[in-house]
Amino acid sequence: MLQSYLPASVAILFGLAFAGLFLAGAILLGPKRDSAVKLSPFECGSEPIGSPRVRFSVKFYQVAILFLVFDIESAFMYPWATVFRDISCTGAIVRGICTAGRTSYVGFVSMGTFIAVLVIALAYVWKKKAIGWD
Amino acid sequence: MDFISMITPEALVFFGLATLAVAGALGVALASNILYSGFALMATLGGVAGLYLFIGLDFLGIAQLLIYVGGILVLILFAVLLTNRIGAVNVTNVSAPRALGGAGALGLLGLLTHVAVKTDWVLTTPVSTPTTARIGDAFLREYLLPFEVASIVLLMSLVGAMVIARRAVRDRPLPPVQGATAPVDGAERLL
Repeated sequence: MLQSYLPASVAILFGLAFAGLFLAGAILLGPKRDSAVKLSPFECGSEPIGSPRVRFSVKFYQVAILFLVFDIESAFMYPWATVFRDISCTGAIVRGICTAGRTSYVGFVSMGTFIAVLVIALAYVWKKKAIGWD
Repeated sequence: MDFISMITPEALVFFGLATLAVAGALGVALASNILYSGFALMATLGGVAGLYLFIGLDFLGIAQLLIYVGGILVLILFAVLLTNRIGAVNVTNVSAPRALGGAGALGLLGLLTHVAVKTDWVLTTPVSTPTTARIGDAFLREYLLPFEVASIVLLMSLVGAMVIARRAVRDRPLPPVQGATAPVDGAERLL
């Protein structure tokens, strides 16, 4: 069981190692000759206007709440996807292919109903103009 | 049992993940900047997700990553970024004295240690089949109705969140904040 996570762990470790390597390389090898101009903040070459800590639009939060609901919806799809082939066939599955004439729509309809209810949710927030930006 | 033989790959993975989770929790509690606390929470949630995967709960681990790290943490960070000058907030609540808080923490530690030591743990071999398929099987055969009802629960939570969020904005228009140089965008036009 744990061995099956080995490729993912290797990918994560490589990611961390490369990020650390380049950061360490920049810190250790890069020349550091700071001057007042270099240390001053800039906005695309122009003088900074005001504090960077401005209040973000509340719409970001609203979109994040909406995102969370559909995020949880996608979490429900993983268990469904793993058994989709099994429940969509009433006969024997030979090399991943269902016996002719024995396919069923159970898997499709069960997730279709699930998604249809959440399409109502999407229509609701669309109608309420909660996902528009202006 | 000597110490060297206890260092198995499993132990290294476990203690690595546990260290990540505890270090993240310490970061949440001790960081002076609340934004750093939010990012430290990512390490904690990620470490806990890793522990779930480690004991063979693949669905729980992925759901933890997908929902907590990918969703709720983003929500928390947005909440921090949306709140203007959150670092300068004067907390009016009376905080517990350090001695009392320390005593409470030690008491909790003692209680948890007691539970961990006294419990008659049953050692089992890790389940080898992935849990995601078994959960899917249960969802679509035995608990199909609760599965479909879950989408209605999601629908209601979304509608409820929208109603509450939009009413809160309508009832209490945001006052102009001193020091905010950019125009406060959105709050009014949202309606």
